Amino acid sequence: MEQKTVIDIRDVNFKYDRENVLEDIHLSVPQGAFVGLVGPNGSGKSTLLKIILGLLKVKEGEVQLFGIPQQKFKDWDRIGFVSQKANSFNIGFPATVFEVVMGGLAKKVGLFRRPGQNEKEAVVKAVKAVGMEPYLNRNIGDLSGGQQQRVFIARAIVSNPSILILDEPTVGVDSQNVESFYHMLTYLNEELGMTLLLVTHDIGTITDKVTHVACLNKYLHFHGSMKQFIQLDEQELSHLYGHGIRLLDHHHDH
Amino acid sequence: MIIITIIEGKISMIEAIFQYEFLQNAFLAGAIIGVIAPLLGAFIVVRRLSLIADALSHVTLSGIAAGLYLGQAVPAFAAVNPLYFGMLFSVGGSLLIERLRSVYKHYQELAIPIMMSGGIGVGVIFISLADGFNTDLFSYLFGSVSAVSRGDLYAVITISLIVLVTIFFLYKELFILSFDEEYAKASGIPAGAVHFAFIILTALVIAVSMRIVGVLLVSSLMTLPVAAAIRIAKGFKQTIWLSVLFGETAVLVGLFSAFYLDLAPGGTIVVTSIIMLLAVILWKKERN
Repeated sequence: MEQKTVIDIRDVNFKYDRENVLEDIHLSVPQGAFVGLVGPNGSGKSTLLKIILGLLKVKEGEVQLFGIPQQKFKDWDRIGFVSQKANSFNIGFPATVFEVVMGGLAKKVGLFRRPGQNEKEAVVKAVKAVGMEPYLNRNIGDLSGGQQQRVFIARAIVSNPSILILDEPTVGVDSQNVESFYHMLTYLNEELGMTLLLVTHDIGTITDKVTHVACLNKYLHFHGSMKQFIQLDEQELSHLYGHGIRLLDHHHDH
Repeated sequence: MIIITIIEGKISMIEAIFQYEFLQNAFLAGAIIGVIAPLLGAFIVVRRLSLIADALSHVTLSGIAAGLYLGQAVPAFAAVNPLYFGMLFSVGGSLLIERLRSVYKHYQELAIPIMMSGGIGVGVIFISLADGFNTDLFSYLFGSVSAVSRGDLYAVITISLIVLVTIFFLYKELFILSFDEEYAKASGIPAGAVHFAFIILTALVIAVSMRIVGVLLVSSLMTLPVAAAIRIAKGFKQTIWLSVLFGETAVLVGLFSAFYLDLAPGGTIVVTSIIMLLAVILWKKERN
């Protein structure tokens, strides 16, 4: 079965001032994939995300979303985004989980309109999907870092997007909760059919979760399925990652 | 003074309100301000803009002083309520603060002392031009129940309707902007326009509230009830309701004590708010 491509990046070059940040990037994300975009700090990962989200405009190359050139793309609520910054919101803000997630529907509901029963049900559904239902009426500031990040995922998926993009979502989440956090992502991917694009500098934690890997360091060094990726030997790996890295051995039993 | 004669004649305050128009003005204006000042204040506090309210109240003072002076100097202005000059200055001041905040990107708080001292400076110049302090000016500084005119009351009602309607229809945008400005922008909400509307509302509410609470204390009515509410509220809507409850209580206590004890209402409103704030903090501590 031919899979549809939901994000298609071709020949993209990007410069800040005179410095090349991204060169000759080709990346295609098939529908239903769970793509890990990895690379060291400063490798251009966040820049590439901003390009996909339309926050930075490309001058060289082309970006297509759901088969539509980005310049003509209007359905931005089909793409949910969880930023790294979600961790640095005002922690003392007196808002319940329900209120925060409802924020994800503001654009869809539209200016001057007030959300109704349908929106309330959508919020409860999204909160359930990330397993935070018991905390619906708790203040966001009273939750742990991992729980807060789940709430921000609920906010990103409440408008029912096809793609969810996450920028280093586990920064500030303690290691015990990281595992269950990835369980939830797998659930969104496998059970709800959501395409995930996850950016991280920590390749070790995602190798047994994602279906595809893209390694970025100015150039896209590797892009393929997880199967192909784990067949690379250490030397090739250290070459594409820019410096020596080690894969944790927990994926050998795949 | 009328208030003294009322007390000597042992009329209750409720009876007096029915008899004297000035008391009706003061009580209606106060009761309305007790709702809208904390309502808007809830957004101001969570956005960490509490000090802007202070800066704007000082700018409003310069507007009032300009109005009082022009009323004396130019006969044509004598009929214009100085409150309108206050509003005009307050709105202008709010726009200037925004400009200054973008000029000093890395020292955004500098906008506050610049506007605050600017407001007082200009105000003092106009006050000296208008032959110094008089009772009129005193009532603007510390609030008064006997000085609220029918015109003031109408201004309060108009501004309050604008505030209530705007917050009703822009609630979700204002909420997101307050909670997560980055996200608001990224999700395509017209953050700039919503912020602009918000800052204009703030300027207007400060200008009209000052008649009851006084220029020097007006920001307290926007921040102290919220400071108490935020300690115990679950969620933002509850924060708003509790803020309004605390604010309204403080205003009513202030007005009653102004009536029976002839105290400046602004002072009693602030002291009542602080007592409630302390009670809430202690209660919360006790419960944990």
